[in-house]
Amino acid sequence: MKNVAFKRPGSTRVLPGFGLSMGISVLFISLVLLLPMTGLFGQLFELSFSQYWAIITDARIVASYTVTLGAAAVAALINAVFGLLLAWVLVRYEFPGKRLLDALMDLPFALPTAVAGITLATLYAGNGWMGRLLEPLGFQVAYTWVGIALAMAFTSIPFVVRTVQPLLEDLPVEIDEAAMSLGAKDGVAFRRVIMPYLWPSLVTGTGLAFVRSLGEFGAIIFIAGNMPYETEITSYMIFVRLQEYDYAGASAIASVVLFISLVLLLLINVWQGRFVRRLHGGKG
Amino acid sequence: MRRIGDAPLTRRLLIGLALALSALFLLLPLVAIFAQAFSQGVAVFWSNVSNVFTLHAIGLTLVIALMTIPICLVFGVALAWLVTRFSFPGRRLLQTLIDIPFAVSPVVAGLIYLLLYGRNGWIGSWLDQHDIQLMFAWPGILMVTVFVTCPFVARELIPLMQAQGSREEEAAVTLGASGWTAFWRVTLPNIRWALMYGVILTNARAVGEFGAVSVVSGAIRGQTNTLPLHVDQLYQDYNTVGAFASAALLALIALLTLAAKAGLEWRAARRETRYSSDQLPETVSKSVPKTSSQTPLESMPSGQNRQPLGGERRL
Amino acid sequence: MSLSYPFRRSVVALAISAGLTGLAGNAMAADRELLNSSYDIARELFAAINPEFQAWWQEQHDEEVEVSQSHGGSSAQARAILQGLRADVVTFNQVTDVQVLADAGLVAEDWQQAFDNNASPYYSTTAFLVRKGNPKGIENWDDLVREDVSLVFPNPKTSGNARYSYLAAWGFAEREFDGDEEQIEEFMRTFLRNVAVFDTGGRGATTSFIERGIGDVLLSFESEVNNIRQEYGSDDYEVIVPPMSVLAEFPVAVVEANAERNGNSDLAEAYIEYLYSEDAQRQLAGFNYRVYDETVVEEFADDFPEIELFNVEDVFGSWDELMETHFANNGMLDQLQRR
Repeated sequence: MKNVAFKRPGSTRVLPGFGLSMGISVLFISLVLLLPMTGLFGQLFELSFSQYWAIITDARIVASYTVTLGAAAVAALINAVFGLLLAWVLVRYEFPGKRLLDALMDLPFALPTAVAGITLATLYAGNGWMGRLLEPLGFQVAYTWVGIALAMAFTSIPFVVRTVQPLLEDLPVEIDEAAMSLGAKDGVAFRRVIMPYLWPSLVTGTGLAFVRSLGEFGAIIFIAGNMPYETEITSYMIFVRLQEYDYAGASAIASVVLFISLVLLLLINVWQGRFVRRLHGGKG
Repeated sequence: MRRIGDAPLTRRLLIGLALALSALFLLLPLVAIFAQAFSQGVAVFWSNVSNVFTLHAIGLTLVIALMTIPICLVFGVALAWLVTRFSFPGRRLLQTLIDIPFAVSPVVAGLIYLLLYGRNGWIGSWLDQHDIQLMFAWPGILMVTVFVTCPFVARELIPLMQAQGSREEEAAVTLGASGWTAFWRVTLPNIRWALMYGVILTNARAVGEFGAVSVVSGAIRGQTNTLPLHVDQLYQDYNTVGAFASAALLALIALLTLAAKAGLEWRAARRETRYSSDQLPETVSKSVPKTSSQTPLESMPSGQNRQPLGGERRL
Repeated sequence: MSLSYPFRRSVVALAISAGLTGLAGNAMAADRELLNSSYDIARELFAAINPEFQAWWQEQHDEEVEVSQSHGGSSAQARAILQGLRADVVTFNQVTDVQVLADAGLVAEDWQQAFDNNASPYYSTTAFLVRKGNPKGIENWDDLVREDVSLVFPNPKTSGNARYSYLAAWGFAEREFDGDEEQIEEFMRTFLRNVAVFDTGGRGATTSFIERGIGDVLLSFESEVNNIRQEYGSDDYEVIVPPMSVLAEFPVAVVEANAERNGNSDLAEAYIEYLYSEDAQRQLAGFNYRVYDETVVEEFADDFPEIELFNVEDVFGSWDELMETHFANNGMLDQLQRR
């Protein structure tokens, strides 16, 4: 591996492979990720700004943002708590059925989203296994935004679990020892000692889950009911535009979701960089 | 040594809660799928599964996944190596760019590929003139599957490799090892668990992807119909048992991947136990299997820099 | 992980070889292959017709051919063909989706004249499925706007089937109120407000009605409601065919650009002609579609009640016009649903 040519003057680069890895990465990102995005922006350029604005601020579309963002936020919160619990239990404890539980975590990714949607709708409809229990209590899940949040939480739970899990596994024993030797109670020790290590991964996982929920379609439409202004999600509105052969309109709405998602991911990346630096600073 | 949360009550409470919630939230849907799949008996289930079009869909789905994984592996490792071992302008931008597939709704992902490579796209029209068909054939399915799954490996590796630092590789190279040797002998053993999580997620997503694939596949039975599309078709056509039988197969593929992971972990643990028990007769083996960096080189000075950096790990 | 290693290996090898044959093309070798792109609920129908056609062609021309199927929402299928899916023929349930292909030059301009009956070998209409004993006494369209009745049909924006439900209701109101715009719109507003769930497609709506027990009436094609009733139990549901409804055509066309390219022009033509043959018409009638072949019509006379059908184009003008006024973004449908 002779990559001398890539070494900038004054760099302390010892390791080889800069050229090769840069080549592969840039080629891949350009071809697989960026090039297709031009298709989306090509569609957007067919619209004037006022047309674009009219499409993305249409009352019904705005209602769909509210439903989508609200349900995704609830789903993300549920997943943050539930995902942390699951990751903790999977890493820290031995118990019968642990392997099965571990395997279950990836189920939401492997099931086609439509199957997940149909199954959830079957379970939580008024005559389903769960719906029969919940509806007499005045708690309707299917065909309300609660159902949407539920479907979102289901499809995005692996993000949280699988992000927190490797970190917990790598957490050194000394951390527990230190906390214990100071005589802290479990709850306090967890909050003060473990959580600072977990925050970045928990926030990343939750953030990814939230972003995934914004784009989810297949799992939700079966349980949403799709009533105008009430339970229509944004992905569904994109789908409707496509059915009308309105690529530009679909791209416009998609660009809003894309923008929100990317900004969020960027914020997480930046916040995380700061957080890690602060953590290191604290350690001297 | 007692660890946080080891008190029997806490322990039981948390395990109980996790099991109860998972049972309701994850296991129940799985049970419902199998219940539907077998609702008319094993014979009907089997005749649906052994149907020639179902078999073809299974094969196509597996082949696409098997092709996707190496592509994502090469890209993921290269990108992780690049952003964790070198510093250069644009590093953070590259890291954010790989998140694009998470931010794009799968249906839109399929659409943008179609707009580019479809007959009316600017690349697609050229391809069409030369009689090359990517969309509505297996290459199109592969392309969108790679798009949807490519962040997983890189996302798993980057934080870990950042945390581990490059001193071990540098030491190896300084001692005269070639770049490849340093990578195979030093880096790879250190990152293999993260790599495995990456592959598992990639596989799960590749096998189950519906939205993006449905846009570019054309769903030609016996040709471009993947298993998730097959499920949808059967369901649309009122063959509920057939649809859920195929869905159950997809769930099984996911479970098998996990079984494969468990097998590898077990084998590696056995090998390492043997190895470490040669050197250190007692105790070490217990913590070996799960942590990713217990390798021979861990005893070198660089080992100390990974502990405080633990907080940087993220997917 | 109790499977033995060789066993695991053979399973993997088997699956891979199955997949590779998939990559190489069709598993079954035939001299020529014809691709029929069709709507999503026609899978079983064409699975029944295709082998018959293949046998017939073999007999006539001593050539082994294979008809492949692609199914999906009718407009999703049309979009795929626009973008390069090389289907030789289309058998859709929406006139507009074939028209889109004609506008793009893939299908002949005069495709509706290329075959009999507006290039529609079979037809249907919008009918009602109600629960056992018809507890709400649903007989006609005006029963559907009663306050105590709740309806299930998919979103007309995403489902062609639901578009017909909407048009049929409008056609009824048009006659009932003698063309009084205000009254028609009020009727339609109530009609849409009575919908309990807007699924994206016919299948979703059926699931809502049957398996979730939502709504009193399911609106769909007559063929579809009959199939559903047969599928889910003839005793639990009843089919109501209103005295008047809309004519729903199932247009067919040769995608000339593709057929020529695939060297299938003769085969594609023959395939569509075959759909008009007595054998195929009998199959179609068996799937509860109304057909034109007189012998078959007589055989199945008991299954299809008399009904007055109106033609969409007679009431609404051309399909292009009505898509624009009713179903386009901010069209009549959007206005009627506005809060």
